[in-house]
Parts: sequence; C-alpha cells; structure tokens
Amino acid sequence: MNLILFTFIVLLGFTSYYFGRRKAYTIQSTNKRLTALPQFYGYYLAIWCAIPAFIIFSLWAIFEPTIVKLLILSDYSNQGYLDDELNLIYEKTKALSRGQFTGEITPFIEASAEKYLSLRSIAQSSKAVIVLSIIIASVAYAYKKISSNSRTREPVEKFLKAVLFTASLAAILTTVGIVFSLIFQTIDFFKVIPLFDFVFGTHWYPAKAFVRDSSEALDPTMYSDTFGAVPIFAGTFFIAFIAMCVAIPIGLMSGIYLAEYASVKVRQYAKPLIEILAGIPTVVYGFFAALTVGPFLKEIGNSMGLDVSAESALAAGGVMGIMIIPFISSLSDDVITSVPQSLRDGSYAMGATKSETIKKVIFPAALPGIVGSILLGVSRAIGETMIVVMASGLAANLTLNPLESTSTITAQIVVILIGDQAFGDPKTQAAFALGMSLFLVTLCLNIVALRVVKKYREKYE
Amino acid sequence: MKKNGVKMIKINSKNVDVFYGKKQALFNINLDIEENQVTALIGPSGCGKSTFLRCLNRMNDVIDICRVKGQIIINDFNINDKSCDVVRLREKIGMVFQKPNPFPKTIYENISYGPTIHGMAQSKNEMDEIVETSLKKAALWEEVKDRLHEPGTGLSGGQQQRLCIARAISVKPEVILMDEPCSALDPIATAQIEELIDELKKDHTIIIVTHSMAQAARVSQNTGFFHLGELIEHGSTDKIFKNPENKKTQDYITGRFG
Repeated sequence: MNLILFTFIVLLGFTSYYFGRRKAYTIQSTNKRLTALPQFYGYYLAIWCAIPAFIIFSLWAIFEPTIVKLLILSDYSNQGYLDDELNLIYEKTKALSRGQFTGEITPFIEASAEKYLSLRSIAQSSKAVIVLSIIIASVAYAYKKISSNSRTREPVEKFLKAVLFTASLAAILTTVGIVFSLIFQTIDFFKVIPLFDFVFGTHWYPAKAFVRDSSEALDPTMYSDTFGAVPIFAGTFFIAFIAMCVAIPIGLMSGIYLAEYASVKVRQYAKPLIEILAGIPTVVYGFFAALTVGPFLKEIGNSMGLDVSAESALAAGGVMGIMIIPFISSLSDDVITSVPQSLRDGSYAMGATKSETIKKVIFPAALPGIVGSILLGVSRAIGETMIVVMASGLAANLTLNPLESTSTITAQIVVILIGDQAFGDPKTQAAFALGMSLFLVTLCLNIVALRVVKKYREKYE
Repeated sequence: MKKNGVKMIKINSKNVDVFYGKKQALFNINLDIEENQVTALIGPSGCGKSTFLRCLNRMNDVIDICRVKGQIIINDFNINDKSCDVVRLREKIGMVFQKPNPFPKTIYENISYGPTIHGMAQSKNEMDEIVETSLKKAALWEEVKDRLHEPGTGLSGGQQQRLCIARAISVKPEVILMDEPCSALDPIATAQIEELIDELKKDHTIIIVTHSMAQAARVSQNTGFFHLGELIEHGSTDKIFKNPENKKTQDYITGRFG
C-alpha cells in the first residue's frame, strides 16, 4: 500500500516537472523572457510536490502508531491495568493481528486485534487521500503562481543546498550519537573499575566476571585484576606493528614502482589488481590466516625446533599487513604521481638517475602524503577485528613473542559481546570502555594524518 | 669566441628528426652552435624549438613515445650513440626550464644537489665553496647568503629562476640550455636574467628558446628560426633581424604571423 502510494507520488513529481516545463515553454512562445531555464520551472513544481509529501509522510510515521495505540487501549481504561500490562496487551494485539501470536487468545484481545486492523486500514486510506489531495493542491497552486517573472531558480538552488546540508548533518549526528552511546556506558564502567586499574593493570580476564551470580550485590573488589587493559593494548599495537612491517615496505615499493617505473599499460592493469586486495572481505583474510598461514608457520617453526602456536600474532599480523598493502600502495602511488613533473625534469637535467631522483627529490617531496597514507593504514590495522579473532586467539597474553597468540582491543570486544550478557554489568561495559579508548586512539591518528596531509598541500606553493 | 677569425663550433647537429609516436615533430635539422656565444631559437608555438633543445641533453628520453634520429655531435662525440652516458652528458649540458622548478629543499641543498650526484666535492668546505660561487655567478648570493638553509620554494619567482640557473651551473657545465627562462617572470626579473645570460656566456655556451623577439635580439649573437618543425633560417642575430633571407623569417620577425 505504502509502496503504491510512494510510486504514485514519484509519478506525480515527474508529471509536475513536465507541466512546469511545459508552462515555461508556453510562456517563452509568447516571446516573453523567462527568468530561468525552463527546467527550473519543472524542478520548482516537482519540489512543491516532494516537500508536502515528505512532511506528511514523516508526521504520519511519528503520530500514527501513538494514536492507534491510544485508541486501542482506550477500551481497557478504567479497568485498573498497570502501564506495563497495557503495553503487553498492545504488543499481544499487534502480534495477533500479524498472525504471529502463539499464546492463549482471549476474546478481548481478538476484538482488539480486529479493531487494530480496521484502524490501520482507515489510517492507510486516509493517509493516501490526504497526501494526494495536499500534493495536488500545492502543485496546482504553484502551477498557477509561476509566470514569466516568478523566481524559480533561487528556490531550486536553495532546496538543493538544503538537501546536501541534511546529508552531511546526518553523517555528523550519527558520529555524535555513537560517541555519546559509548560515553555513558564508559562512565558507568569506570564507576566500578578504577581508571588506574584499567590503564595500568596487566591482567585481562573478563571471563572472571561471568562467575558472578547476578542476584548478588555488585562487589567492586572482586574485579580487581580482571580488567587491566595493558595486555590487549600491547597486543593491539604489537599486531599492528607486525602488520605495518609487512605493509609499509611492500606497499611503498609497489607504489613507487607503479608511479615511476611501470609503463602506462602495466599500471592500467596492475593498479586495479592490487586494489582487488582491498575488496576481499576481512573474514576471508581471517580464515586464510587461520587455516593456511597459521599452520604453515607452525610447521616451519616446528621443523626449526621452535615452539609455534597455531594461532600466532605473526600469522594475524602478517595477513593483516597484506590486507593493508593496497591502501598504502594506492595512496602513495597517487601522492608520488602528483609530485610535479617539473621537479623530475629538474633532477634528470642535473644528470640524476631515476633512482637518485626518486630517493632525493620525489620521495622527500611526497613524504608527508606517504606518512598520511601510512597513518591511515595504521588506523585500519588497529581497528581490524576479524583476522585477529580468527587467527590470533582470544587469550590476552602479555607477550612480545610473535609466535605466541595475543589478542587485541577489537577481538576482546567481540569476545565480551558474543553470547548472553547483561547491560549494567561491568563485563559488558568493559566493551564500551574498550571501544571508547579505541575510538580515541584512531581519532588521534586520523588527526595527525589530516595535519600531515594538510601540510603536504602547502608544499609546492 | 673567434679564434683567428674561425668560429668554434660546440654543437653540430646533422639530419635530426624527432617523432612523437607517429607524428614527426622535427624535420632534418642541421644547426651548428658556436662556442661561448648565445644562440636564440625563435619561432611560433609548436614549431619544435623546445623539442630541439631537449634533444641536446637527451631530455626527450623521459618521454616514452619520443624517438630521435640523426647525429648531434658535441666534443666530437655523437650523443645519440648507444654508448653515450646520459648522466655524464647532462653533467656537461645543464638546463633551465620555463617555470622555475627549485626542489622543495633548502637553497643550499638545491645547489649542492648536482655536485653531490656527480661526486664533485670531497669535503663540506669544498661544497660550501661550490654553493657560494654558483650563487655568486647567478647573481643571487647577496640576496640569499643569510638564508641558505631556508626552503628554495620561499623565494620570489625571479629569485627562484636564478636559483635554478645557479643549480645548473653548479656542476660547471659547458653548455646551458634555457627553455623560455623568462616567460614566467616580470620585466625586472627578466632584465636581471638577461644580464646574467650575458655574463654567463664567458664560461658557457648558451642556447635559449624564447618567444620574445626583443629578448632574442637583446641577448643572442646567433639566431635560428623554426617553423612547423623545420629550421627555416639561421645565422647571426644581426642578419636574421635586419636582413633575413627567407620571407617567412621576415614575416615572423616583423610580426606578420606567429
């Protein structure tokens, strides 16, 4: 029903565009000068169609459920039900009307369900009637209003600006919302666990928090030595470090090759091929690391007499590095390519060879941009979850041995939030605290990266 | 320079053809460049004068699709020969570009770049000396001696171009190629560069591509006129400007086309 209505409104929009333009042409044919191109008259009418429709649809979406609920529950008023019970009745009614109710059906609820259905259908049809009549009225009004000297270009431009503004506002508000959802839980967490213990504690064992019987009162002392984040921060940076050890040299060198040495044809094929690496889902990298690289490293290690765990930081970090290669290679390729040709010419004309030119002129000139690309790679490495969960285990060991398993912030968040959990429990809130600290770390990295990139822009001025 | 009335030829080009892909850009160019003189190459845009200039230090190698045929003989050696070492060639033949292109490094590093590549200085003192003499020769020393370790990109346009000239002469080249060196500069900076060119010809052979006929007349002793990839006429600047043999040259110089 909604879909049909929506299609109808879109069609109406197109029609009003057509009518607006036609009227403009008609005005033009009487040798009057228009204040805007005929299309603008069309867009103007289409906007007069879209805005009322949008407003009515959103108002309806906000108020319809509330009003329907009020009407249904009015039957149950004065019967001494509590608010919670009323809500339950309403939920039951809705479930029954959808045919998904499994409990005992009482005549009252059955009657309510029928009423609910009829109310809904009344609401739907009145919505259709109201929307269509208002749209037609507003389009007709606007159609009559437009004349040779009415302004249509400015409202259309303003409308576009408003749409674009809304889009960017939505993105910003989402970020703010996410941060707030993290902040409150994080504050709750630190009410129970001292910040000092979290930041400097060396023992991370959230499973211990499971043992608590939820009927017992919360006893902060039992969490001492449970939420020390040092091992997982260390693990995060360690695995990110291993990943960057793989990604930076390979990514940079392939970037330099693509930008400076590869012929146009090779570049044309090689660059998209490398970028395919970026399109592989991380879970695929994860099982590549867990099922191929991990056992392979273990075998090699064992043949050399080393004790290698099948789930090792090396396997996870190495595969993560491969995942990051395309970011660094593609970005540094772009940065190097954007170094002006005149600098290369200047260096070649001095008798410098290609490698000397790259080392002494191009690389330093591109360095800020390259650093920017590396920092972006680092934020990805720190934020990567799946590969670590699958290939490096979940036990938060405090170790610097790449052959042992370690865990990272993101992997621990997964561990904590998988399965049953109670909100308001420090164990669950620990995930938010971790998420918050991860957010702060990547935020700092991004700020540094942006600063560096900005500096780079001023470079050849 | 004339020795016993005989002109010394520094560069001798024979039957030079240049192709960009399938398109031929230069047709059978035969041009001799006199030593320690300024030779101006003039002609309308796209006539091939810059392409010819870039043949002389094999800068066209940088362009993938460009092919050069014919002989260009410098110091009795054909630089288009396979055995030619491009690094040595470019040490001997410096180049200054249309737009000032100092490296995004300090003024000092801009000058020391060439000498470092060619291993010309054994010590810091020697390098300091090379930097100082190069900057002095380029008439830039007085302006920058107190800020040698500031970025070269912070200088004004004219100063940047003189820095590029200083960079070119730091490796003591025999020939300096200049590709419209003043086209991005204001008249005062242009006058300074022109004065400098006159000074430099004592030690170097200079070939300058220019769009300004007045500039060609002011700075050069010899002039070559290019049109549609052909060398129409060449000779002493006096003769080309006052008494050209070819009608096209006459028309171009008097501003009837181009």
